Amino acid sequence: MMKGLTNWRLFALMTALLVFLSGCGREEISTLIPAGKVAQDQFNLLILSSIVMTFVIIVVSIIFVLAIVKFRRSKLGEDMIPEQVEGSAKLEFIWTAVPIVLLLILAVPTVYSTFDLADVTAMDSVNEEGEQNHLTVNVTAYLYWWEFEYPEQGIVTAQELVVPTDERVYFNLISADIKHSFWIPSVGGKLDVNPENVNKFYLEFDKPSSELETGVFYGKCAELCGPSHALMDFKVKSVDREEFDQWVTAMQEEPEPAAEALAQDGEEIFANSCIGCHAVSGVGSGGMAGPNLAAFGDRNRIAGFLEHDEETLKNWIEDPQQYKPGNLMPDGETNNGGEPFSEQELDALAAYLMSLTVEE
Amino acid sequence: MSSLAQKKGFGAVLWDYLTTVDHKKIAILYLISGGFFFLVGGLEAMLIRIQLMKAGNDFLSAGLYNEIITMHGTTMIFLAAMPLLLAFMNAIMPLQIGARDVAFPFLNSLGFWLFFFGGIFLNLSWFMGGAPDAGWTNYASLALASEGHGIDFYALGLTISGFGTLIAGINFLVTIINMRAPGMTYMRMPLFTWTTFVASALILLAFPPLTIGLFFMIFDRLFDSNFFVVEMGGNTIIWEHLFWIFGHPEVYILILPAFGIFSEIFAIFSRKRLFGYTALVFATILIGFYGFMVWAHHMFTVGLGPTANAVFALATMIIAVPTGIKIFNWLLTIWGGSIQFSVAMVYAIAFIPSFVAGGVTGVMQAIAPLDYQLHDSYFIVAHFHYVIVGGVVLGLLAGTHLYWPKMFGTMLSEKLGMVTFWFFFIGFHLTFFIQHFLGLFGMPRRVYTFNADQGWDLYNLISSVGALFMAIGIIVLLVNVVLTTVKNVRVGNDPWGDGRTLEWAIPSPPPFYNFAQTPLVRGLDTYWIEKMEGNKEGMIYAEPLGDIHMPNGSIIPFVMSFGMFVAAFGALYFMDDTKPWALAVLVIGLGITFGSMLVRSLKDDLGFYITKEELIEDAKRGGNTDGHK
Amino acid sequence: MDINKRYTAQSWPDHPETATLEGKNKFVGFWLLLAAETVTFASLFATYLALKDKGPSGMEFTAAGLFELPLVFAMTMILLTSSLTSVYAMYHMKNHNFKAMQAWLGITVLLGLTFLGLEIYEFNHYVHLGFGFTHSAFSSAFYVLVGTHGAHVLFGLSWFIALMIRNSKRGLNMYNAPKFYLAALYWHFIDVVWVFIFTVVYLMGVIG
Repeated sequence: MMKGLTNWRLFALMTALLVFLSGCGREEISTLIPAGKVAQDQFNLLILSSIVMTFVIIVVSIIFVLAIVKFRRSKLGEDMIPEQVEGSAKLEFIWTAVPIVLLLILAVPTVYSTFDLADVTAMDSVNEEGEQNHLTVNVTAYLYWWEFEYPEQGIVTAQELVVPTDERVYFNLISADIKHSFWIPSVGGKLDVNPENVNKFYLEFDKPSSELETGVFYGKCAELCGPSHALMDFKVKSVDREEFDQWVTAMQEEPEPAAEALAQDGEEIFANSCIGCHAVSGVGSGGMAGPNLAAFGDRNRIAGFLEHDEETLKNWIEDPQQYKPGNLMPDGETNNGGEPFSEQELDALAAYLMSLTVEE
Repeated sequence: MSSLAQKKGFGAVLWDYLTTVDHKKIAILYLISGGFFFLVGGLEAMLIRIQLMKAGNDFLSAGLYNEIITMHGTTMIFLAAMPLLLAFMNAIMPLQIGARDVAFPFLNSLGFWLFFFGGIFLNLSWFMGGAPDAGWTNYASLALASEGHGIDFYALGLTISGFGTLIAGINFLVTIINMRAPGMTYMRMPLFTWTTFVASALILLAFPPLTIGLFFMIFDRLFDSNFFVVEMGGNTIIWEHLFWIFGHPEVYILILPAFGIFSEIFAIFSRKRLFGYTALVFATILIGFYGFMVWAHHMFTVGLGPTANAVFALATMIIAVPTGIKIFNWLLTIWGGSIQFSVAMVYAIAFIPSFVAGGVTGVMQAIAPLDYQLHDSYFIVAHFHYVIVGGVVLGLLAGTHLYWPKMFGTMLSEKLGMVTFWFFFIGFHLTFFIQHFLGLFGMPRRVYTFNADQGWDLYNLISSVGALFMAIGIIVLLVNVVLTTVKNVRVGNDPWGDGRTLEWAIPSPPPFYNFAQTPLVRGLDTYWIEKMEGNKEGMIYAEPLGDIHMPNGSIIPFVMSFGMFVAAFGALYFMDDTKPWALAVLVIGLGITFGSMLVRSLKDDLGFYITKEELIEDAKRGGNTDGHK
Repeated sequence: MDINKRYTAQSWPDHPETATLEGKNKFVGFWLLLAAETVTFASLFATYLALKDKGPSGMEFTAAGLFELPLVFAMTMILLTSSLTSVYAMYHMKNHNFKAMQAWLGITVLLGLTFLGLEIYEFNHYVHLGFGFTHSAFSSAFYVLVGTHGAHVLFGLSWFIALMIRNSKRGLNMYNAPKFYLAALYWHFIDVVWVFIFTVVYLMGVIG
């Protein structure tokens, strides 16, 4: 039996090692592949604490294994009555003091980092011309989608956050309905999105997302918010400052009317059925019932998580509930005034939406 | 009274259990109902793991999945782990301190029935329009937005069962303060009694905030108040504070009694006095004390500000110190002992590395900035399952093997016990170890599905396979229980041979009056002292054999709790326009409860006496009558 | 313990409430219950303070504008006095003077009923002003805090009355002495809570 136990522990250790070596997850979303200062700080804390904790585990394991190997009754004999030791003040002191020292090692960076990561004093600082020194994004969480407003730039988008790399980006978080939590694992830890107050923090994006396999970082809602909590994803596109400024300028222009014939049909349908909830212009401050669809054609996913192609888009428009249960978008039939969209109408809508783009 | 040992019919036995105020029978009631809810919660866990077995699975719908995770957590914490621990506290603690029963036998029964009806009420939600679906933490904004009556079942059910738990807590505290046998000073109490004492104190101070939070929730949902309604000036963070002011101590309410069980096991099966008993006692008290100062570490990401986060981070880290003291004292207890690898001991030994793993990840999450990454991810799921399963559930399984003979007079099969152990232990690590990595890979908790492109598929599959192993282990345990009961091989006072404390000095199961004569306690591990000194009689007694005063059984606790159960339905449907009868039901239910309370206060209940002659007669028959009339 | 045992003022123990094991258990248990009650009220007070003056935008009611001290001050005095009269009752209980105890308890109950009546009047007044239970987070927190206290007063009164009627014929014995004692203890607790309500809700409310 004992042999089984030690063998098993060895086996467990091997598996653990294997699992660890088999990868650190996907770079779009893993906290183990940090892509910014905040995530890096947090990763460093993870490594530091893991080292300290591994030390603890090793000490405990050595005593543990020695004890259960050395003091088996089968070895000592049935009738052996061990000495009834009361305790030892010296030992008690040691295993009180050593953990306190270990905790102090962790406590100092913890306190430093807690204050450092919460420091948003530079958020509202302005330069001589009265422009803000740092980019601020107002994030509003809605039931299963995210709105990103750039107040200084006067533009708004949804589901896909676009940010410049290598600089601090500040965020104001608030919820329009119930509590959510804003999390981009590979860029930094989460912060709750409460209905009653604005939460502020900052993130830094070191890596252009174009270097990633799928071209975007994955963002998540990390607070249970109803049936489609699991699907309340968003994507993050990080680009260098120059490209970001181009994107802002493009977004600040009102969209051109559709050029292609099919897309023109789509625009008309959109104006009848969809415009009550969705804006197609990125100019403004958001707050509509549905996500802003400006630059929809440039996005990486539909509804934050579905494949970005026309077929999926058509299915989504016909029956959003099937893909994101509990979301507030009515089905195609309701939007079309009681009659399902025809295949042709869906093609037109899809063509129109995909033509909404600000990238060259 | 003299016809004690007759064969009884099923109806008589049922009536006996409905009216019993005997702590040992109430323990059995807690064990059976807690065990039942444990199976229900386990079934829910299996459904969760089947759903997450592969990416994009459609085994469960999104809404149903949320109901299942909510009920899994709620059931396991409130309806399985707590009552199972209460079962052992009830069965063993009065015996360990040499008492004939708890301080308030009537309230003991009331506590059980309130818990029972609360649990049944909560689970009836499955059949009456849908279970609660806002997670076991039931955060206010989601809970208020939740449609149907699920959340109302949650709030009302937990209120009722919470009253039951509070009553149990007060009862144990008074029992330990007032009813210890002569010579049983506080520093001679067995560690399980100590942990029961501290856990009860935590129950006493932690459950009221939960009850208040639940009341606010009930008022907001059913009577249109505005505690959590943001547009009306309400604030949902209040719920989070109240919930976690309860919720964190609750973790210690669960783990401390498990620590107590393990402490007993280490001493018995190492045949050695607990190393550093005094340190263990003070560590227990310290853990209980700190338990109230760290609740906001569940709320690091809420946005309380860096000062609050830093303070709570440091306070949380401090708890690692007394916990570490405990671990090392246990290790030093087995060090130099003579270890017998009984099933109970194997669970206790397996507990040490499992719990240390859960403990160190706890410290990692105390590091607030790191917790921003770990919070609400699968890392936290892994962490608290390591603590709860690796600590509490292993403790419960160990306790089941250790105390089964004392509670039922038969021994569970050690062979089958080992089978259960290996399946459960391997399954447990397989299921949860890998979840740490899922969390680090960015997987949030409480997701009903996941896309395949995120690198989580393989680990989720492994985790699901592990869950299957655990299920097999539990099924073998059930077989073990059935076989043991059928074989019915009776055992003596001290079936393990190395019992150290008072419960092992009396028959298994003990007679309903526990001790014919109150024992005199001469030190820590008092029974061991007598054994080592070769005392043939078992114990030295503090009093001559004489009449014993016993409380009467009563159906009132059952009726009183049933009244609350009825009233809860009235409150539940109070706001429904289609159910005008709801108010009447509410009034009738409260009428039953307060009416039976009045009957209880107006009718004298003075108990009865067992005479000396009856005691002598019973002793001749083996001294384990259950007092059933 | 023999319920029929007759006591005289001489044979009556100094502390009848803790003279038996049952009494001792009740005594300790009740103090523990009061600890739980304290946490309960602490939670209610904390919530009240967090939600004080919070309501829908443009809410007209604030604590400073709503509460009027004279009535509440009168209520406070009445309840404090009732606490004193219950002390007299316990004094006579310890001296085994059943009649005097009953009389003082009677006065306590009357004062308690007056308090309760005034509280109902006060609530009714606010509701008529438009400050109902569902009006705002502030109103919900106010009514639940003060109302929970009111429910305790009602329970305390029912307890006293039940004890007085039940034991009117048989006088004091070891079985009911702890019950009288605990009811009085409960009454003091309610009184202390009210002092906090008076301070935190009304005084601090009016002062700002």
